[in-house]
Amino acid sequence: MLRRFCTTLFLAVQPLLAHSAPIDVPVTYVRQKQAPLATLSNLDPRPDDLGTAGAQLALLDNLTTGKFLGHNYKLNLVEVPEDGDALAAVTTALMTSQLVVLDMPAATARAVADLPAAQTALLFNASAPDADLRNADCRANLLHTIPSDAMRADAVMQFARSKRWEDLAMVMGPRPADQRFAAALENSAAKFGLKIDTKLTWDIDADMRRNAAQEVPLLTQSLGDYDLLLVADEADDFARYIPFNTWHPRPVAGSAGLMPKTWSPVVEQWGAAQLQGRFLDEHARDMQSRDYAAWAAVRSIGEAVTRTGSADAQTLRDFILSDAFELAGFKGRPLSYRSWNGQLRQPIPLVTPRAVVTQAPLPGYLHQHSEMDTLGFDQPETTCEAFQ
Amino acid sequence: MTLKSLFLASTLIPLATLAQSAEIWVTNEKDDTISVIDVDTLEVTRTIETGERPRGITFSKDFSRVYICASDSDTVQVMDPDTGEILFDLPSGEDPEQFVLHPDDRHLYIANEDDAITTVVDTQTRKVVAQIDVGIEPEGMAVSPDGKIAITTSETTNMAHWIDTETQELFANTLVDSRPRHAEFAQAGRELWVSAEIGGTVSIFDVASQSEKGKINFEVKGVHPDRVQPVGFEFTEDEKTAFVALGPSNHVAVVNAETYEVEDYILVGRRVWHMAFSPDKSKLFTTNGVSGDVTVIDVAKRTPIKTIKVGRFPWGAAMRP
Repeated sequence: MLRRFCTTLFLAVQPLLAHSAPIDVPVTYVRQKQAPLATLSNLDPRPDDLGTAGAQLALLDNLTTGKFLGHNYKLNLVEVPEDGDALAAVTTALMTSQLVVLDMPAATARAVADLPAAQTALLFNASAPDADLRNADCRANLLHTIPSDAMRADAVMQFARSKRWEDLAMVMGPRPADQRFAAALENSAAKFGLKIDTKLTWDIDADMRRNAAQEVPLLTQSLGDYDLLLVADEADDFARYIPFNTWHPRPVAGSAGLMPKTWSPVVEQWGAAQLQGRFLDEHARDMQSRDYAAWAAVRSIGEAVTRTGSADAQTLRDFILSDAFELAGFKGRPLSYRSWNGQLRQPIPLVTPRAVVTQAPLPGYLHQHSEMDTLGFDQPETTCEAFQ
Repeated sequence: MTLKSLFLASTLIPLATLAQSAEIWVTNEKDDTISVIDVDTLEVTRTIETGERPRGITFSKDFSRVYICASDSDTVQVMDPDTGEILFDLPSGEDPEQFVLHPDDRHLYIANEDDAITTVVDTQTRKVVAQIDVGIEPEGMAVSPDGKIAITTSETTNMAHWIDTETQELFANTLVDSRPRHAEFAQAGRELWVSAEIGGTVSIFDVASQSEKGKINFEVKGVHPDRVQPVGFEFTEDEKTAFVALGPSNHVAVVNAETYEVEDYILVGRRVWHMAFSPDKSKLFTTNGVSGDVTVIDVAKRTPIKTIKVGRFPWGAAMRP
C-alpha cells in the first residue's frame, strides 16, 4: 500500500546512468522437456518452471542493476519437446542471442556446443552434472553452473572423513543417473581415503510407503557393518525410506539423510534468506538446485555485462574466466569459474530437510588457490583440454 | 563521619556513577533483544526486548530516543532509552535493515532490504516523506555532514546510490565491488567510503565528482582471501584512522585514513559485523554475529581487552553517553 502510494508520488525518478552507452542483452533459455521419472512418493511435485523460475529471478536482479546503467536485459524462454530437435531450436535462438542457458541432458548440451553457429556463443549448462562435460567432453564455449556429481560427492566425503566414518556402504538405484552419482561417490571415497566396502543395487519393486519397515532392514542387513550408509537415488525414488529402517543404527547420506545440495530452502545464512524471499514472492514455491543453477548463469551474464559494459559473448567469456570475475552467490564466498573447465566453483551445503548441517568445503580441507577447488575436478585432475 | 553519611556515601555514589556511565547498545538479531553494555564495567547491565529481528540502531542527537530497525516487524521502533519502553512505531517500508539519521535530527533514511527502496521518514510527523527506488537489497546508509547527500548501497546491484536530500531523488549511481554493506562519509564530507563484503574491498569516492579515488585491499595472515569480508567500519575522532570489520576472517583492520594503508589487524570474535566507540573513543566495541559476543578493543594499543557475551547474532551497535 505504502509503496504504491509513494510510487505515484515519485514516479518522476529518472535514474542517472553511471555508464552512458545503452546496450541490449538478450539471453535465451532453452529447455528440452524431460519426462520426470516415476517415483514411489507423491510428496514432491516437480514444478513446471523448475530452472526457468531461477533464470527469471536473475533477470529481475539484472534489470534492476541495468536500469541504472542503461543495460536492457531480455530473457527468451524456448521449450523443446522431449523428442524435439534441440539443436534446431538453439540454432534459431543463436540468431538473436549469443548468450544461451541450456537445460538439457549432457549429450544434447555437448552437441549444441559443437554447432558451427555456437562457436562464438557463450553457453551455460544449468542442468547436467555429468563428469565427462567437465573432463574429456568439455567445450570452450560451454560453462557449467550446476555442480558436477563429483563436487556433491566430495562434499559428502569431506564430511565423512572429518567425522572419521571410514567404513562406508552404499545402496544405489538402477537408473543411469543413480549409477552416475554412485560412481562419483566411489571416486570421491578413494580421493579422500575412505572405502566403500559393500554396495548393492535397489531392486525392490514393492510399494515402500507400506513396506519400508519390513524390506529395508533385510536389504541393509546384507551390507554388514559400516559407519555411514550412502544412498544414490537421483530421482528421489526410494532414498527417503532408508533412514531409520536400516538393520544397523547408522546415519545415511547422499540422496537421503545428509544431502549435498546445490541449493536448498534451508539455506539462510550469508544473505540467502533475501534470495529465498525474493524467489518465494515471485514464484510461490521454494527455490531448488536447478533454479539456483539457472539463476547463477543469468546473474553471471549480468555481473559480467555490468563490469565490462559489453554484451559481446567473447568479451563476457574472457571476463568471466578471468580473476576479476566474482559472483555474490549467497553462499558466503565469492563464486568464480574454473579456468580449466568452465565449472562454477561454489560451496556445497550439506543439508537435512530442516537445516544446514554444514557447508563444504569443510574447515581443514586446504588448497593452494581456492578451498572450493577441493570439490570436484581440480586443475591437475581434469582431462579437459578445450580451455588450454 | 556519622553512620548516616557513611551509608549515604556507599549507596548514592555508586548510583550516581551508574546513571552517568556511558553505554553501548547492541541489537541481537536472533533474540529480538538489545544488550546494554556499561562502558566502564564492561558488563551487560540490561537486556531489553524489541520487535522482530532488530538490526540497525541509532540514537537521536540528544540521546532521548533510540531508533531500532525491527526488520521482521516491518517497522522502526522508537524507544525511551531510560525505561526501555517502546514509545511508538514509525512507518518504515518493508524489512528495514539499516538507517541513518539526517543531521536535522528529524529525517530517517531507511534501507528496505526486501523492497529495493530507500524510505525517508519524518520522525516528528511520523509520516513517510519519500520512497526512492534503488538497487536490490539496499543496506548501507550514510548522510553527508552538511545533510545534502544521502547514500544507499545495494548489495545485489553492487552500487552506491547518491540521493539529493533536497529533492529526494537520485543524482548519481556508482558501481562498487560485490555486496556493498556499509557507507560512511569521511574527511569532513569530502570522501565517501563504501565496504564490499564479497569484493573484499573498501572503495573511496571523491564526493564532489562521485569518482573513485582509492581502494583498500585486505590481507589477513592465515586467512583465505575469500573469508576476508569487509562490513561495518568507523573512524576515530580525528578521522585519521578507520577500523574496518572483516566479517568471517574474525579480524578488524586498522586503516590509515590518509594513506589508505592497512596498519594492523586485530583478532576479535566470529563474523564481526558492526561497531561503536566509547564516548572518548578510547574503546571500540565490535558485534560478533556468529560467536554471539562483543569484543572490546583498546583503541590506542590496538589490542582486544575483553569479550562480552550478549544475545544471539549481535548486529548493530550504538553509543549512549
